Amino acid sequence: MAKKSDKKIIFKKEKEMPPFAISFYSMEYNKTGIWRNFRPVIDYDKCTFCLICWKFCPEAAIKLKKTKVKGREKLQPVIDYEYCKGCGICWEECLTKAIDIEEESD
Amino acid sequence: MEGSKDMKLKIPEEEIMGCGNLACQGCGATLAMRHTLKALGRNTVIVLPACCWSVIDGPFPHSLVNVPLFHTAFAAGPSTASGIKAALEIQGKDTNVVAWTGDGGTYDIGLGTLSGAAERNDDMIYVCYDNEAYMNTGIQRSSSTPLKAWTTTTPVESPKENPKKDIISIMAAHRIPYIATASIAYPEDMIEKFKKAKDIKGMRFVLVFSPCPTGWKYAPQLTVKLARLAVQSRIFPLVEIENGIKWKLTKEIARPSPVADYLKPQGRFKHLNSKDIAEIEQNVEADWNRLLQKIEK
Amino acid sequence: MGNHALSYGAKLSRAQVISAYPITPQTEVVELLSRMCASGELKAKFIKVESEHSAMASLIGASSVGVRTFTATSSQGLAHMHEMLHWATGARTPIVMGNINRAFAPPWSVWTEQNDSLSQRDTGWMQLYAQNNQEVLDSVIQAYKVAESLDLPAMVILAAFVLSHTSETVEMPEQEKVDEFLPPYERKYKIDPDEPHAFGGLTNPDNYFELRYKIQKAMEEALKKWEEVGEEFEMMFGRRYGLVETYKVSDAKSLIVSSGTIASTARNAVDSLRESGVKVGFLRIRVFRPFPAELIRGILSSVDKVIVIDRNIGFGASGIFYQEVKAAMYNEKNTPPIFGVVTGLGGRDVSSKDIIEIYQDVIRMKEPKSDIIWKGLKI
Repeated sequence: MAKKSDKKIIFKKEKEMPPFAISFYSMEYNKTGIWRNFRPVIDYDKCTFCLICWKFCPEAAIKLKKTKVKGREKLQPVIDYEYCKGCGICWEECLTKAIDIEEESD
Repeated sequence: MEGSKDMKLKIPEEEIMGCGNLACQGCGATLAMRHTLKALGRNTVIVLPACCWSVIDGPFPHSLVNVPLFHTAFAAGPSTASGIKAALEIQGKDTNVVAWTGDGGTYDIGLGTLSGAAERNDDMIYVCYDNEAYMNTGIQRSSSTPLKAWTTTTPVESPKENPKKDIISIMAAHRIPYIATASIAYPEDMIEKFKKAKDIKGMRFVLVFSPCPTGWKYAPQLTVKLARLAVQSRIFPLVEIENGIKWKLTKEIARPSPVADYLKPQGRFKHLNSKDIAEIEQNVEADWNRLLQKIEK
Repeated sequence: MGNHALSYGAKLSRAQVISAYPITPQTEVVELLSRMCASGELKAKFIKVESEHSAMASLIGASSVGVRTFTATSSQGLAHMHEMLHWATGARTPIVMGNINRAFAPPWSVWTEQNDSLSQRDTGWMQLYAQNNQEVLDSVIQAYKVAESLDLPAMVILAAFVLSHTSETVEMPEQEKVDEFLPPYERKYKIDPDEPHAFGGLTNPDNYFELRYKIQKAMEEALKKWEEVGEEFEMMFGRRYGLVETYKVSDAKSLIVSSGTIASTARNAVDSLRESGVKVGFLRIRVFRPFPAELIRGILSSVDKVIVIDRNIGFGASGIFYQEVKAAMYNEKNTPPIFGVVTGLGGRDVSSKDIIEIYQDVIRMKEPKSDIIWKGLKI
């Protein structure tokens, strides 16, 4: 399993390094959420839980949360703002226009 | 129909690709990999010649994909994959070996290598994510760039003079067991095709249409819409070919969208006049009719 | 023939993936291996690639999974895979390759010259120049042992036709003994879906330097390793090979230095000269990469004159072994004058008489007037 790190690893000594360039860590340190100028916000009143937004996110930054809507088990799309780049695909594709685009506050 | 309230997830829920990739906003190629890994599972090795994904996976000592990923030289994708597969078989492992290439490595510099691996029917899934230019080096034309498109090496004073190379026919001529075209706008179809490919032995070729906001010059939120329009306007047909001879249309387009709807939002086609667009429309029609001739009734 | 010695070396070493493209004068290597794989005599997968570039690429892939790999090529083919030679080193894959020294085109030539392998001297591949077919076979087995202990690729080099197509009697080591000497390849960091890594990812200047340092360190260790493996091989099989080979140097006043098949001829020349009372010796450089500078310094510092005979040329400079020998001696306090002779390019025959004449011409010179003394040129 890939190890987590909080920032990009730069080896300080040659002895710490593997014999050639191989990976040990994930890319989770790279919080691409800071790239955003606009952030998508899901209005769960309009959301039909069709999961088109989850399907089309290139970042895998929309997570699925098990939830109950009117007694039924549903998977709820939840945007992970740590990684969302603000590309807007989810906003464009949402069939019920349940996603708003807001300007990112600093 | 997509969007029904009780839609059962036809797409595997587990994410194999991680978060924090280095791709541009709205990258089609990243979405393509996300769904390919869902279809093939963790028992997969990705062989990665030079392309955008060489950067997207992340720098040493990090990696995005959570499956073994072997970087190789530009023209060496299929050959490296052949060697890896042979060695894995010797070790008794039945692992999916995927050569994940861009259009540069497929249509141009790696074409000989691809042809060699296809002729030998080496056991691998060869995926070309097609963003229609050499994007990683800054949007230069490839032989996959469509007619009249702008790129840095085909500027508006002299846009792309030749039509897009018909790589599918080239692969069909090799009589490999399975060829498919897919679009990131139709992930269920794409995943189904990969699952089918997974169970076939020998050379499998999947061409995935992957729009690129940076290279095609459009607002990133349109990536999926353009991938859909390309199919709906008949510019990018979704087909399957068995053994190079049995052609199947996997998506009927009875009422095509206007070609202009696909071209207009893209900055790389901004310089086209109505005559150019008409010419492109005629070509699309002619190509579609020629394709229908090949489709098995 | 020399080519078959390569094939048998690969077979005895139990190569598991072989990937090769034919080129004169290497074709017999792959043809025999093809037959061995087809008959099951050698349990290996033979990938009939469509180019040498693909041959090397496929072996880099296979070796990274952790299997033993082999290929062979020559001149144009070696040049075609040049990009991947660098890749094999960076990926630290212990591939063993036979290279038949053949002159580069244009114009077309199939005869021997060392420029093809020497053009690759900076790729990080270990290089070994063999002088007879027994050595070719034995060196393949040794090369695997050294390569796999350091994860560095190695090439066993022999001259076109003079060695590749010349038949000599060769003692075939017993398979059980080879198995004992050379256990199966175990690779630490390999392509394995149960333990996923990305191999060869983008590396910034902040860490690339150290990875290159590691390769050089491995090359330096290889100097020791070749001698170690040479000793082990002698104990097991009774034949001794080192980094270099000396002939009548202990009381020599002057020294001829060369490599490959010129060596056998040079020894005849040395014997003739000795008969006429000349105290001359011969040094054969067998392992060229890593370059055995220290050993050479030790041997050369006790003579008055050195003649390096190169069957190659670094255009714009001089013979390549000459450059490297000269560089090794430069900082020494008592270094003899070193003369560089270029001869035999494009397969022009180098006879014992030629070498005797070279010696007689040079011995009259006090010091070299230029970096190249041409021998046998029709001008």
